[in-house]
Amino acid sequence: MDISVNENRNENVNEKRIKPKFKVKLSGSFLLRWLVKIAAFITVGILVGLIAYILIMGIPNLNADFFSWEYTPDNCSVMPAIINTLIIVGLTLVMAVPIGIGSAIYMVEYAKRGNRLVKLVRVTTETLAGIPSIVFGLFGYLCFNVQMGLKYSLIGGSMTLAIMVLPSVMRTTEEALLAVNDSYREGSFGLGAGKLRTVFKVVLPSAVPGILSGVILAIGRIVGETAVLIFTAGTMAAVPESGIFGAGRTIAVHMYQLFNEGRDMEAGYATGVVLIVMVIIINGLANLVGRKISKGKETK
Amino acid sequence: MKEKLMKIVFLAAACVSIVIIVIMCLFLFGSGIPTIKEIGVFDFLFGKVWSPGNNIYGILPFIVGSIYVTIGAIIVGVPIGLLTAIYMAKFCNSKLYRIIKPAVNLMAGIPSIVYGFFGLWVIVPIMRDLFGGGGKSILTASILLGIMILPTIINTAETSIRAVPESYYEGSLALGATHERSVFVAVVPAAKSGILAGVILGIGRAIGETMALIMIAGNQTVMPTSIFNGVRTLTGNIVMEIGYATDLHRDALIATGVVLFVFILIINSLFSLVNKKESDTSKTKKLSLRKKHKAPESITGQAVERLGE
Repeated sequence: MDISVNENRNENVNEKRIKPKFKVKLSGSFLLRWLVKIAAFITVGILVGLIAYILIMGIPNLNADFFSWEYTPDNCSVMPAIINTLIIVGLTLVMAVPIGIGSAIYMVEYAKRGNRLVKLVRVTTETLAGIPSIVFGLFGYLCFNVQMGLKYSLIGGSMTLAIMVLPSVMRTTEEALLAVNDSYREGSFGLGAGKLRTVFKVVLPSAVPGILSGVILAIGRIVGETAVLIFTAGTMAAVPESGIFGAGRTIAVHMYQLFNEGRDMEAGYATGVVLIVMVIIINGLANLVGRKISKGKETK
Repeated sequence: MKEKLMKIVFLAAACVSIVIIVIMCLFLFGSGIPTIKEIGVFDFLFGKVWSPGNNIYGILPFIVGSIYVTIGAIIVGVPIGLLTAIYMAKFCNSKLYRIIKPAVNLMAGIPSIVYGFFGLWVIVPIMRDLFGGGGKSILTASILLGIMILPTIINTAETSIRAVPESYYEGSLALGATHERSVFVAVVPAAKSGILAGVILGIGRAIGETMALIMIAGNQTVMPTSIFNGVRTLTGNIVMEIGYATDLHRDALIATGVVLFVFILIINSLFSLVNKKESDTSKTKKLSLRKKHKAPESITGQAVERLGE
């Protein structure tokens, strides 16, 4: 329970023990302690270095032109990509979240324990979660773009992404539902509510923060995804005129495409800034929601 | 009536993932296997030459490339990740933990394309200065990939180290071992199956990584002879060429995807095997999904709370 207290005590114990046998014991323990410290330092250092590098290289290149509404060959504006990203995030969530929540509700509230279907669903979601994005991309390309004739389109990309984020939405929702105290359900049943009403009026509302944090994480994945979208949504640099059935690139694809065309590295860095700021905000939100959950638990 | 209807709706939602995976297998294997047959199983999997212009499709260089790069990533990522996890679970105070944990989570959230840019503009020039050549090599790719799998390894390792009962640690202390020795000799070995599961998960990540790798691995289609050679991975091969591929060439790329898919399925089943073993042992029961009244670690940051008390 109280690791920090424990640690202090151990430290004292160690010191008492170590001092007499200075040579042998200290060197080994000392080395190990520094080894783990250095490793942690490397990990954090890499992250800080990466973010600092992108920001330092990118921020000087942020200007009004970079956020103009039109993409022209001379001006690699990121604005169309931002709009496309928002459209794709919206479309994907509209598809993935209801299915994910519905599925989690079935798994937690309806299915009996040891149900074969539940086991099967669990295996398949685990498998889906482990499949790399490029395989999803290939599948989306074969199924939606070629077979269903959607060509390169935002909707095709969103459908593929929905499949990709479905397992994580399902899992977090499931965990959130399991975390809801059984007494809530019993109380609701006791007051004469049916199963459905209990689920929607009692269980789901108290699981909202958990579900939300799953959704936020899914948004993060959608925003950062590249491989899937190259195959399915295409790399067109404008907001499609034909709406969701047209091709368009998201911010991450924009960044890749700038690298691919190899001509405007300044814009590439600036796009990196936009992307990394979005990811930091999304992560911060997820942390905030997560903290809210643990606070709520304390008061219970 | 409504109750029944909604139950069916929920059931249908639950079945969606099963349907998806079946359709996925049908599509991928359906278009991949005939292609592999057409090219010849042996020629495709073990052919050393990839030359779409001459209708020669051998993907052995890419398989070897993927494996090399993944091994390299494990060599780079696992020691750093594991030690960081040990530091987080057993050494650092709660203040530092509140900085490191979000940092690791943020690391997991950074898009691979950003890692790719970072690798291209920071790691590649360093490699070029140190070892000469173009700088895009197996070594470069291994380092970047090792960084990218850090969060996966750290998070799983930390969870499994925390799941080891405190009594192991206390027992070791009572026998006169130092804090460091207790952690490394008593606690970490007890968490080994969880750590192994994390490593397997990391392998899955590494082998499936695409966008960052094509920017820094060099993309040569020949067999690599040293770690300073450029290399193309299975994933890279698909992305590089599908834009302009037609006919058999395109089918061969899809078949490459199928090979990758099979790799991943094998790694996945290894993972669930190890994971199952892990959850069978009583010590991790408390972390399992089934336990009610207890929010899972991943979303609540239960560990933070525990430290904060």
